[in-house]
Amino acid sequence: MNTKSQSYRSDLGRVRGLGSAKDGTHHWWVMKISSFALIPLTLWFVISVLNLVGGDQVAIQQWLKHPLQAIMLLLFIGFSLHHSANGLQTVMEDYIHSPLYKTVLLVLNKLVHVVLAAVAAFSIITLALKN
Amino acid sequence: MSDNSAKSSAPKATRPRPLSPHLQVYRLPLAAITSITHRATGIALTGGAVVLVAWLYAAANDAAYFKWWQSALMSPVGLVCMAGWSLALFYHLCAGIRHLLWDAGVGLKKETVNTTNLLVIACALLLTGMAWFFALPKLPFTF
Repeated sequence: MNTKSQSYRSDLGRVRGLGSAKDGTHHWWVMKISSFALIPLTLWFVISVLNLVGGDQVAIQQWLKHPLQAIMLLLFIGFSLHHSANGLQTVMEDYIHSPLYKTVLLVLNKLVHVVLAAVAAFSIITLALKN
Repeated sequence: MSDNSAKSSAPKATRPRPLSPHLQVYRLPLAAITSITHRATGIALTGGAVVLVAWLYAAANDAAYFKWWQSALMSPVGLVCMAGWSLALFYHLCAGIRHLLWDAGVGLKKETVNTTNLLVIACALLLTGMAWFFALPKLPFTF
């Protein structure tokens, strides 16, 4: 291979910024961390929801009165929305080819997830602190 | 290198070149189906997260809105959605654990993948069945 003699750019310099995401391993690593955290959190969430089935609004308040339960729900929703934002971002990067639509959707995706996180956090804390 | 001359003497294309077989004519192997299902369930679960957040908002702030959600989720359409989201959640969980193992370099052999394909599907169905086995008797109506 004589590519090196034709260019002064390093191998790393030539491959950086390629691919549908124009980005390297950081996104992948962040997804690994959130998926790892979501394994126990999801199991906890499923058991909690099964305990709540058939209950009313008061049952939810009783459940989230315990600080540990409220904190676990905050963590579950936080990691889920983070994971969801990053997952949808990858889907958009892969399937949407128009740079304009892609940019608009990527920004909307982040904003909607941040709004959802704010609404969820406010609601959980409200429920947790209701006498 | 030696047959570079053949390139220049090739006739110019007079009709569209044949395309290689694509998704419509290709029978996807099970590993490909489990892969795209992982992505599809992920997108579906984002929808589920929106409902969960709206439901929590209602529970915290608005009794009437909460009543509306409870009856919506207990309607036939709501129950079908809940069944779908629970299956999607358990599938994404099982296939996600396999992804973590793959990224650690575990279970990448073709034969192993063929086995874990079935294992992921079986575990997802089993967990969904177990969850509904516990949930159904507690629902406010009988089948």
